[in-house]
Amino acid sequence: MARVRAQDIVVEFPIYASGTRSLKKAIMNTATGGVLARDASNRMIVRALDGLTFELNEGDRVGLIGHNGSGKSTLLRVLAGVYEPRQGYLSVEGKVASMLSITLGMDMEATGIENVFMRGHIMGVKPRRMRAMLDDIAEFAELGEYLDLPMKTYSTGMMMRLAFAVSTSIDADIVLMDEWISVGDASFAEKSRLRMDKLVREAKIVVLATHNHGLVRSMCNRIIRLEHGAMVADQDV
Amino acid sequence: MNDLAGAFLGSPVWWYLAWQDIRQRYRRSVLGPFWLTASTGIMLAAMGPLYGVLFKQPLNSYFQHLSLSFVVWTFVASAITESCTAYITAEGFIKEVGLPYTTHITRVLVRNVIVFGHNLLVVVIVLMVFPPEVWVRCLLAVPGLLLVTINLFWIGSILALVSTRFRDIPQIVVAVVQVAFFLTPVVWKSEMLGDHEGITVYNPLYHLVEVVRTPLLGKHPQSISWVVLSVSAIVGPVIAMYVFGRFRSRIAYWV
Repeated sequence: MARVRAQDIVVEFPIYASGTRSLKKAIMNTATGGVLARDASNRMIVRALDGLTFELNEGDRVGLIGHNGSGKSTLLRVLAGVYEPRQGYLSVEGKVASMLSITLGMDMEATGIENVFMRGHIMGVKPRRMRAMLDDIAEFAELGEYLDLPMKTYSTGMMMRLAFAVSTSIDADIVLMDEWISVGDASFAEKSRLRMDKLVREAKIVVLATHNHGLVRSMCNRIIRLEHGAMVADQDV
Repeated sequence: MNDLAGAFLGSPVWWYLAWQDIRQRYRRSVLGPFWLTASTGIMLAAMGPLYGVLFKQPLNSYFQHLSLSFVVWTFVASAITESCTAYITAEGFIKEVGLPYTTHITRVLVRNVIVFGHNLLVVVIVLMVFPPEVWVRCLLAVPGLLLVTINLFWIGSILALVSTRFRDIPQIVVAVVQVAFFLTPVVWKSEMLGDHEGITVYNPLYHLVEVVRTPLLGKHPQSISWVVLSVSAIVGPVIAMYVFGRFRSRIAYWV
């Protein structure tokens, strides 16, 4: 069962310039009474998401579109459980796989295998399950003997291939992506496209933030358009 | 509460992250993490005789006291100062994946327990050379250490939260802990204060060191320290839970 329900969610980022973040300022403010109210209203706030209401159900392939700074990535992070909405109600049912940063937690000094397990831990996969998937990952990444070498000996492409292989080997109900991930040379790109297709097919809900309208047309059955953090369109295609 | 359960019931990410921290620090060095042991050993071998003479103490008992105090102190002090930056250094994780926040606190704590474990080797050597009065009492150090860890956990949770919001706090904590090193009976003994000996009980850090150190010395434990730490191990987490529950959702915005 996978479902996402959002009711009037608002995400605001307070801007802490050097002044507001220091303790001195906070103490001064409380000490000088009246300033507090002024400061509270004067504090800069960026409203990244402004009262979004939507429901995602099984089978939804959502294309999230909008200009830079329209709140696409913020919304993905909210769905990934990074930011809790300041106001409103959000419920996410189902296992979430976030493809937002596939190299997070990787250690250049550690070997490829060690990093596979590290990524597993971060994504909440037990070592036992990870071991079962190791062959598949190794075969897909085509790194051969390199898997036993420290990652710093890898080229950027090799590292991305490994990261990609690990992240896409995990099955989840809800898949979040910020732009389509494409790695490697021509032949590998084709292979990774097939793997992504499979991942998208098997997931119950997919949310993809992108600027590529062609991609949205081919992958998605629903489009949500954001503008200045507000939802201006939500349509099936 | 959910956050706490999530951190401990899920796969123990904190354990791997903590190990990774240690390994990263010592990768490709011959001794590896045993450099921790070696540097503590060298430090004590140099300081012990010097301060023993300065304080006009019998070498045997002073060396015992200094090495145990120092090892326990290092654990307590670095756990406190490092937990201030627990969230700040984990910014990448916090902003990208929804790991339970407690994971980051546990990571810092476990990392310091691992360091402590390596330093324990020095303690073992010292105790071999200068045996404690009663060996059996050493066993009390285990519940003592547990009590200390529980206390460090809630202290760390609060410090990490406050430090993330107010970036001056880590600096303040470092300064305070540095001064506290001299104000806590680590290089000196509370008996040296003579009539003022009782004053040390007002130093919370004294108790944190005391419950592990004294049993290892084979001496009769100070019951006051056990009482203080047991009470704070119950009251502290309640306060920490409240503070954490109140501000948890803001952490991602603060880092």
